[in-house]
Amino acid sequence: MPDAITIRGLTKGYEGRNAVDGLDLDIHAGECFALLGPNGAGKTTTVEIAEGFRARDAGEVRVLGTDPQGAGLEWRNRVGIVLQTTGGLDLLTPREALASTAKSYSHPRAVADVLASVGLDDKADTRIVGLSGGQRRRLDVALGIVGRPELLFLDEPTTGFDPQARRDFWELIRSLAAEGTTILLTTHYLDEAENLADRVGVIAAGRLLALDTPEALGGRSAEEATVTWEEDGIRHSLTTPTPTAEVARLAARMPDGEVPALTVTRPSLEDTYLAMIAPHVADDTPDSHGTPDGHGTPDLTEVTA
Amino acid sequence: MNALTLGLDRARLELKMYSREKEAVFFSFLFPILLLALFSVIFGSQFDGGDGGMTAGGYFLPGMLSAGVLLTSFQTMAMSVTAERDDGTLKRLRATPMPPVAYFFGKVGLVAVSSTLQVALLLLVARLLFGVELPTTADRWAVFALVFALGVFGGTVLGIAYSSMATARTVGAVVIGPMLVLQFISGVYIAFDDVPQWLQQVAAVFPLKWIAQGMRSVFFPDQLASAEMAGSWETGRTAMVLCAWAVGGLVVCVLTFEWFKRGTT
Repeated sequence: MPDAITIRGLTKGYEGRNAVDGLDLDIHAGECFALLGPNGAGKTTTVEIAEGFRARDAGEVRVLGTDPQGAGLEWRNRVGIVLQTTGGLDLLTPREALASTAKSYSHPRAVADVLASVGLDDKADTRIVGLSGGQRRRLDVALGIVGRPELLFLDEPTTGFDPQARRDFWELIRSLAAEGTTILLTTHYLDEAENLADRVGVIAAGRLLALDTPEALGGRSAEEATVTWEEDGIRHSLTTPTPTAEVARLAARMPDGEVPALTVTRPSLEDTYLAMIAPHVADDTPDSHGTPDGHGTPDLTEVTA
Repeated sequence: MNALTLGLDRARLELKMYSREKEAVFFSFLFPILLLALFSVIFGSQFDGGDGGMTAGGYFLPGMLSAGVLLTSFQTMAMSVTAERDDGTLKRLRATPMPPVAYFFGKVGLVAVSSTLQVALLLLVARLLFGVELPTTADRWAVFALVFALGVFGGTVLGIAYSSMATARTVGAVVIGPMLVLQFISGVYIAFDDVPQWLQQVAAVFPLKWIAQGMRSVFFPDQLASAEMAGSWETGRTAMVLCAWAVGGLVVCVLTFEWFKRGTT
């Protein structure tokens, strides 16, 4: 099967600075692909170019075999887009909004089925203005999938969700992926990428830094593990390629065979990701250490030390 | 599904949303009717027997009809399209295979239905509550239909074109302020011959003055034509000016329409 999205040498600049700078990317048909990157990395620009909403300066882009720039309604019929923010539907009910949107597509899903799949059946006839943030977001997804798209763009779909709503949402995305829908997901949540994506791409400064499965990204499955324990009231830590042997050796040394406060960790996807983008984040914002958004570098130094 | 069917569906959806927006219903749909009632009550005593037996209701009816055309077409379009551009409605529609013409068809449908209902209600209230004598000849109603149709169509396309100049933050000031000034200098709320001549000239550039004049020619006795700027109703000229604005507005609308918020593409 040909790739759903092919991007070669994509370049797009704003006011003299390249937001996307020679990006190459292939997204296979039927996969769920997560595009990660810090704010300003070029994620949104790349996705909006693929959605046909922005013009590019240079490079080749093919989405479902068509150049999205100036692609017609036939192409729109095969693509679903869940935007970061949508409004303007407050006075309608989810059923009305979906029924009207469905009419534009040649083979829409049944409105009742879509409402059920996003868990909005009991809110189907409530004015949208009365829906919670999570319910609105699920409606956004419903509007994106009602046309039975082959390719679905999901832009930061779970921002502002509570943990349960996020789990439910992941179930929905998994079921769409299981039906064969190609999904391009952008997110700031590493656990989301880890849970949903077949492959992960990390972009920063408009270029692709890494591309792999979430398990193998940045070679983290092969990385050394960190073993920490307490001995004589002091916290010890060592990194080793053979943590099992190390733990056995420690256990043999302890009087009762039990190692106090033992932990064995490998770098999480988040650790790997943060290490990867650190130089690029530092370039843009020198004060980023300990920023309130929580992805501070201190966690990182602790692990790699 | 073809563009016409989708356009009809959009029109139905637009009407549904419009009717559910209480502020819109009050400030654009019922406002001219409210003002007609208010003016009739306030100025009622000044019109007894004067001006060829005209009542206050009859005197203000053409102005309120003109204000209604302006509100339901121009103001509703300018404000709603600005809001839809700003809140991402237009972008969302652009992401679907809906032909763009269906969107505009929906807007025209909304304005056609809401302004027709408004005018019918305004005439009904004027006749039944304020005893205004309505024209009995076909040629007067023909002029009425022409001025109304040209005014509403022109207002719709000009309103959509004008929406590009506003953002959701500025729309109140950018739309309502100039509209209020225009209504005063065009003789909608006050008698046009009370407006200084140089201001009348300014007003004559814009279509509202011509809509109001056209409406007066329909509902006022013929002898009042002498009070107009040119000393006559100028029906032919009114039609020409309104046509020019409608066509010009359509061209500007098609050439400048933006689906995305400024600075986002």
